[in-house]
Amino acid sequence: MIKDIITKLKDANLLGRGGAAFPAYLKWEMVKKAKADTKYIVANGSEGEPATDKDGYIVANYPQDLIDGIKLALDYIDHSEAYIYLRKDYYKKYKATLEKMIGKLPIKVFKEKGGYLSGEETVVCQEIENKMHRPRLKPPFPGQAGICGYPTLINNIETFYYAAKIAQGEYKNTRLFTVSGDVKNPGVYELPLVLTIKDVLKKSKNMPTDDFFVQVGGGASGDIFLSSELDQPAGGSGAIIVYDLKKTDPYVLMKRWIDFFMEENCDKCTPCREGTYRLNEMIKNKQIDKVVLDDLLFVLENTSFCALGKMVVPPFKGLSEKILKLK
Amino acid sequence: MKQKNISIKIDGKLYKAKEGQSILDVARKNKIRITTLCHHPDVKVQASCRLCLVEIKDKKGLFTSCSTQASDGMEVTTHSESISRAKKINLELIFTEHCEECSDCVYRYGCHIKDLAKKYDVKITKFPDRKKGKPVHEFGPALIFDSSKCIDCGICVDICEKVGACFLEYEKVGKFHEVMPSKDKYKDCIYCGQCITHCPVGAFEGVGEFEDIDNPLKLKEEGKTVVFQFAPSIRSTIGEEFDMPYGSIVTGRLTAAIKQLGIKHVFDVSVGADVTTVEEAKELIERIEKGGTMPMFTSCCPGWVKYLEFYYPEFIPHLTSVRSPQVIMGGLIKTYWAQENKIDPKDIVVVSIMPCVAKKYEIERPEVLMGDIKPVDHVLTTREFAQLLKKHKIDLKNVKAVTPDPFLGAPTGAGVIYGASGGVMESALRTAYNKITGKKLPRLDLEEVRGLEGCKKATIDIDGKPLKVGVVNGAANAKKILEELKKDPKAYDYVEMMACFGGCIGGGGQPMPVNDEIRKKRAEGLYNVDSRNKIRMAEESAFVKALYKDFLKDHDNVHLTCHTSFSKKDKEVYPKNK
Repeated sequence: MIKDIITKLKDANLLGRGGAAFPAYLKWEMVKKAKADTKYIVANGSEGEPATDKDGYIVANYPQDLIDGIKLALDYIDHSEAYIYLRKDYYKKYKATLEKMIGKLPIKVFKEKGGYLSGEETVVCQEIENKMHRPRLKPPFPGQAGICGYPTLINNIETFYYAAKIAQGEYKNTRLFTVSGDVKNPGVYELPLVLTIKDVLKKSKNMPTDDFFVQVGGGASGDIFLSSELDQPAGGSGAIIVYDLKKTDPYVLMKRWIDFFMEENCDKCTPCREGTYRLNEMIKNKQIDKVVLDDLLFVLENTSFCALGKMVVPPFKGLSEKILKLK
Repeated sequence: MKQKNISIKIDGKLYKAKEGQSILDVARKNKIRITTLCHHPDVKVQASCRLCLVEIKDKKGLFTSCSTQASDGMEVTTHSESISRAKKINLELIFTEHCEECSDCVYRYGCHIKDLAKKYDVKITKFPDRKKGKPVHEFGPALIFDSSKCIDCGICVDICEKVGACFLEYEKVGKFHEVMPSKDKYKDCIYCGQCITHCPVGAFEGVGEFEDIDNPLKLKEEGKTVVFQFAPSIRSTIGEEFDMPYGSIVTGRLTAAIKQLGIKHVFDVSVGADVTTVEEAKELIERIEKGGTMPMFTSCCPGWVKYLEFYYPEFIPHLTSVRSPQVIMGGLIKTYWAQENKIDPKDIVVVSIMPCVAKKYEIERPEVLMGDIKPVDHVLTTREFAQLLKKHKIDLKNVKAVTPDPFLGAPTGAGVIYGASGGVMESALRTAYNKITGKKLPRLDLEEVRGLEGCKKATIDIDGKPLKVGVVNGAANAKKILEELKKDPKAYDYVEMMACFGGCIGGGGQPMPVNDEIRKKRAEGLYNVDSRNKIRMAEESAFVKALYKDFLKDHDNVHLTCHTSFSKKDKEVYPKNK
């Protein structure tokens, strides 16, 4: 069974569930093939994006499957040891349960420092090495040189969960969606992998009756879609947040986002550090100059050091164009 | 591992490169200009300023050339509308961090960001100054850090770590991570000033740079006898401030320029270095013969001394008690020279032109006092003195050379090479060898202790007895030797240590920019002076001979002017709260 786990992951077309959707089998193979006497595996449960709860949902409800998934990787990758890398609150809640189940397996439960960037692959390595909370230059990618320079496989917790399901022959092409906001039935739903935003809302009995718009992919970095734009796939981390159009003050919403990004960015690169600050100033004063906004989003999208800067762009671009209709 | 040869196209032209090289490296090598602020060859790639942008064919978006590896067949564009737009916006953002104080900036005559602002049509006041009112941190009597000018590039934190002080660090202040002096009581500034010479925007500067540079001249007007002396390395660096080639030797012009400021008495600290050499060689032999604390460490670099006194006080007995050249020279001026000229030492003001901001700290150390007399009253760095000349419209390039004041003689070649890493060791060994064997070293050029390598080791055969020497530059390299000595106390007999890379020629008071290529040329300049000098051993200097026959035959005078002491230091520098 262990022999063909890679074929199974490949045949099931399991893509990373952290948001970037990189084929899981490729990452596993890369770390397997790397030559080193120590290798690391990390199940990433940082889940720093607001309004996403799926990793917590798995740890709470299916910890054994998560551990089984990690064990598959441990068996596949020689001389490896693993971490379950958890957000503080998850760590507090589930550490004892997990450790009991782990028993003698070489898996440690790790408490991250907190914050959005903690989930970024190279920051995961930095934190486990107890170094500064800042992303590293890539290449090398963690698969080549991660924790302490050793090849490191980092997958989202959901990816390991589904790896276990695939190995057990129980994978039915599903994924987890987190629905929240102005809805009747917020929660985490396991639904078919490829689903439109509209279908997720319908199947979870969350289709609003009043006029609304949604943010898809996360409660800070997610993109904005109007109620007329729901026929596209719900991608990214699978989070959908519904906003009642009448009840939502766009400036309050934008302030919440920008507070998040200003707090969470590491201040390393110019566009992130100064760009988010300037966005904050404009939003705080409710004076958005469209030219300046476009300029700031342009450098964030094109010149920021890591993915965080690029992620600032979709919500502001979407909201300013579709809701505020700034020209 | 052999790197694969590749070729990449930059702006339509094909260039050869090695796999693993960054696009920026390939461009620089081929003289293609790409704007950078946070790139310095002495530290690792920061990739923080986001200005060195390029486009790559078939790839979406912009890429920073410093952090993107070149790959075979890659086609790179360095100019486009998007690139210019992004650079302009990022520059506008960088200027929101930098509170300008152009008239008093270390980059007054060569401000890179100002040039970039012009080039990319940047309105530098587009956004209000975010850092207005941020504190100015004082690092002892040596340097300051004006955090309202910092653009968060990160170079200073890295260079401070590379030096070995690890004193500058990031701290979260409000919503931002900022560069801060460490609060940790086990970390302190060693005053080397590498942060000054590596900061791209002048957020660090020497104390008094440039607002106090006129002060010594004012004392002349008050009736004091103002005497100038200049360090060994200055002769091969100050020319850069006047657009002369790297490594140009300007000893005579420098002397003339000082005189043009109305200063009558100008001395060469290299003469003091010759005295240091003789005393230090004497001490080394004494320690070897009488079983004193070994190995012996040099102590003429005040940054290194501070490092040892703070981080490794248990090694203090290893430091030679011999004073540094500037302090010996200042002391001789205020005793020997003062007596001969019948001037009350209290009426003499000694001004040193030094490559270093730690020298500003050294003259304030109570251990160097001669009674209540300070051997040196003011230290101006190379940059400060160059600025003083510019202020007085004296162009060093066009000054006619003269020789320094003959009373305190001319230096030997040995005294001049003090300015480069390995120079103190080489000088002392020439003299010690002669003293022990009665012969000249078979080879006066000790190539094995020269050069920019951080840790140099050699074994010198002295009449069949091996003398194991170590030469380090960069305090972090000194740490390696100290740790080695903890394990094997007999690993060395004599060690020269300099805090700055390359020694004084790479000091924190020297002209900018600096990199290994420049350090190499500056050092070469000094070695050329030495090799052309007829007298290359300190003890053969006519002045040194006369001095020992006359003034230094009295042991009290030797003790007063040539020796000092050291002690364990507690943390001296704390961050200043807003």
